[in-house]
Amino acid sequence: MHGPAAKLEADKSAAKKAKLGVILFLVYTLVYAGFVIIGLTDPELLGKPIIGNQNLAIVYGFGLIILAIIMGFVYNFFCTRMEDSMNSKKQEDKS
Amino acid sequence: MIYDVSIWAVLIFTFFVAAVLGLSFYFARKTKSAAGYYAAGGNIHWGVNGIAFAGDYLSAASFLGICGMIAFSGYDGFLYSIGYLAGWVVALFLVAEPLKKLGKYTFTDALDARFNSKSIKLTASISTLIVSVFYLIPQMVGAGDLVVPLLGLPHYVGVLIVGSIVIFIVATAGMTSTTYVQFIKGALLIIFSVVLTVYILNNGLTLTPGGKEHRFERYEAVVLEGQLVGLEGTDYNFDKAVEANGHTFAKLEKQGVYRWFKLSDDGLYLDEMLSTSVADDGTKLYNGEPKSERKFFQVGHLTSIEVDGQQVEETGPLGPFEFFTALENSELVRFTRQDLWDENTTVWYQTPTAGADMVKPGLLLKVSSKAGATFWTKLNFVSLMLALFLGTSALPHILIRYYTVASQRAARKSTIVAIAAIGFFYILTMYMGLGAAINGVLDVESSNMSGPLLAKYFGVGLFSIISAIAFATVLGTVSGLIVASSGAIAHDFLDNYLDMKMDDKKKVMAGKIAAFGVGILAIALGILFKGMNVSFLVGLAFAVAASANLPSILFLLFWEKTTAKGISWSIVTGILSSVLLILLSPSMFERYGLSSSAAIFPIDNPGIVSIPLATIVLVVVSLMTQKDNSRKVENYHNG
Repeated sequence: MHGPAAKLEADKSAAKKAKLGVILFLVYTLVYAGFVIIGLTDPELLGKPIIGNQNLAIVYGFGLIILAIIMGFVYNFFCTRMEDSMNSKKQEDKS
Repeated sequence: MIYDVSIWAVLIFTFFVAAVLGLSFYFARKTKSAAGYYAAGGNIHWGVNGIAFAGDYLSAASFLGICGMIAFSGYDGFLYSIGYLAGWVVALFLVAEPLKKLGKYTFTDALDARFNSKSIKLTASISTLIVSVFYLIPQMVGAGDLVVPLLGLPHYVGVLIVGSIVIFIVATAGMTSTTYVQFIKGALLIIFSVVLTVYILNNGLTLTPGGKEHRFERYEAVVLEGQLVGLEGTDYNFDKAVEANGHTFAKLEKQGVYRWFKLSDDGLYLDEMLSTSVADDGTKLYNGEPKSERKFFQVGHLTSIEVDGQQVEETGPLGPFEFFTALENSELVRFTRQDLWDENTTVWYQTPTAGADMVKPGLLLKVSSKAGATFWTKLNFVSLMLALFLGTSALPHILIRYYTVASQRAARKSTIVAIAAIGFFYILTMYMGLGAAINGVLDVESSNMSGPLLAKYFGVGLFSIISAIAFATVLGTVSGLIVASSGAIAHDFLDNYLDMKMDDKKKVMAGKIAAFGVGILAIALGILFKGMNVSFLVGLAFAVAASANLPSILFLLFWEKTTAKGISWSIVTGILSSVLLILLSPSMFERYGLSSSAAIFPIDNPGIVSIPLATIVLVVVSLMTQKDNSRKVENYHNG
């Protein structure tokens, strides 16, 4: 009954990828928590201009979104490299 | 609010709906198996799936709710954008690939992969159903809001239309058509949001948007010994003064029509407000007159614009960052709602707001002590940010999309496409929301319509397209939710839990019948919750999802000692605590017609209590039931 809808190849890089995922998750969580903590402890700081007349709220908020996108690409780059080097038979991309 | 119905709007809307239905017919003929119905056969391209993820996720909450919340409360609405996107980080880094490896059709499959436990099957399927229904409510509310200006129909008709079309889509084709609807809609939503943002920046800031905005009346007040007793310089007659929430409101009469004004904080003037009231015969009056008299108008405007130290009438076109700088140096008028219970009246009074306050948190979620923040308002802020962060990867209709692609690599890539597309869209929400706040387009009765009404300001063609996409957004998201719900009922509960041993054909039929039932429930709830901001409602759905599902998913993936009983008890605790706390929260008390200050649970978002509670229960119960793990199904491996 159980098991994936599509047959998956064994993935020897799974443990390493999971470790990388946890590290990147912790990094992002710290940055996200930083935003929440500033909002709680010194909300006035979020209204202060930081770069190019933009206040910290705009820079940090937009920054969190852009950081998530950049980290996504970084994660994919390293995961793909790990999969290619550690799995003798590559998983085929559906394209 | 009264809207003029445009024939173009109706035509474009009809075309979209017809296209969506056509697509469903096309895929319906191809979908015969259960794998096809619930997981699109597991063969969707990762790029298509990624944009479909974006389509699923950029629901009514994102386009209608966030834009509306930013338009009415500035940056606080954008906090939802930040939190919704951050949730994808959890999905990508922790959940996407392992979950893909564990599951078959549904979220319950994945949770149960290591245990083959009856209690997980039952609790996870109930959780999927409850979270999906919570998520369905805002979509249906948004659908109703959309058809009011688009087709000139009442709110409940919109809910009925969406409900019926979606039941039809899901009952015909399942996940394949849902995926392609989401793909097309997700792509169009992003493209036209860019177009709308270009219009906003090109328009810049202006004191006279469209040149036909309402000029608010102001009269000198007569105050004796601290009591408002009359007014001067007008033929309005003073009827009475009403105190509420520290403000004084005046009911004035002219030619048999009653209007409401607010005494300015310095006690010198009476300022015009918007009001709705219920007459003795039950008729709803808008600014004292029946709806057809069109005395209720759209609002939200700038009162001063400063550029390089100079006061100007308009800025002309602005760059994306210049827009924020110019707004920070300007002043605008927002509208604050106040219910006058004894008068059967709701008023919206002008609230002059510094532009700088619109681009930082604090107007809605009180975080600054200067703005009256308390321990509870701060806790509400943390709770919301926590629920948004942890909610995404616990949403069953998002999780099932991992089963529509062929491999873990494809699951990961589609998540990254989704993050890029959704992140880009969320940046645009700030422009669309603030654009709506300053161009005199807001409907105070429904913050949800701010984005589409802003599009109408730039042209009825753009409005028609944006509204049709928003409507398709609702259709797509509701379809996905109903597929997830029907999977929970037919696949998890009937087939797996009750062990009904259905063949493929019966399984698909059971799914379709379940979809019909959930659809009817969604229609009823959509009508019941009319008028609430959809993003706020989704915030609650996220809290329920994060409480009920996330501890189980994460501990299953990362803690060897997790047991089936631990998972089941955690799910039950998460659901019960989050739903109960929502029912006891200030916003729900307002919904019951009671004062929000009487609420038993003092904050709106329950995540800060219910998520840790569900986690603790999981850990404690797992540790107490370690002997069960010796029997667990060993088909799970890390390598």
